Amino acid sequence: MAKSDPDAPRRLAMIASRGTLDWAYPPFLLASGAAAMGWEVSIFFTFYGLPLLSKKIDALVTPLGNPAMPMRMPFGPEGFQKMDIPMPQLLMVLPGFNHLATNLMKQTFKNKGVASVSELRDLCVEAEVQMVACQMTMDVFGYTKEDFIPQISVGGAGTFLDYAADADVQLFI
Amino acid sequence: MEIQADKILDCSGMNCPMPVVKTSKAIKELEVGQVLKVIATDPGAPADMQAWSRQTGNELLLSEQDGKTYTFHFRRLK
Repeated sequence: MAKSDPDAPRRLAMIASRGTLDWAYPPFLLASGAAAMGWEVSIFFTFYGLPLLSKKIDALVTPLGNPAMPMRMPFGPEGFQKMDIPMPQLLMVLPGFNHLATNLMKQTFKNKGVASVSELRDLCVEAEVQMVACQMTMDVFGYTKEDFIPQISVGGAGTFLDYAADADVQLFI
Repeated sequence: MEIQADKILDCSGMNCPMPVVKTSKAIKELEVGQVLKVIATDPGAPADMQAWSRQTGNELLLSEQDGKTYTFHFRRLK
């Protein structure tokens, strides 16, 4: 795996450890961007990042415990859309609130011409981005390889470190 | 300056990283030496396109802005 050829493409090694919708974006977005620049990319999915490899991505976002998260509305006049709507933390324990917040975020992203997480992941698959599921967290959370899209492989800390050792950029997300 | 483009790619309405992703796909359909024209509305596009050119070695011949529309001309070099 070692990168000995000086003319070899640049490499990006990432760990994706979080599975909410907001945190699902950076690894897939950077991976597809890097692949477009001709880089080799590997993403190691561990802990809550694992479900991002599921056949259908059901990532949600919650403003609960996330006071820095502005809630912007994807509809209404421009001035209204630019307002940060404060969300009382107590409100967020209501059933369905996470789905409401998720739908608002998805719609706002769509309005701004941002691709969905699934679309970005498809681009990564197409660009042959390596996606590695963490064997240990699969065992802990009860996942099997069949739960995930077929393009992934399974590995451990050693697998990631072996790749990351020769990467030009390494990110923990 | 008018540059003759061999292919035109319209990325209007697309946000990061799509203009770069689409550009990289489109340029692969050209022969080395041919020119790709890219239209984008993403305000991040001028910086990203310059970076993409630097990373991929395809020459950015021209980067223009007309209001909220950005136009780029790339020559495929490899």
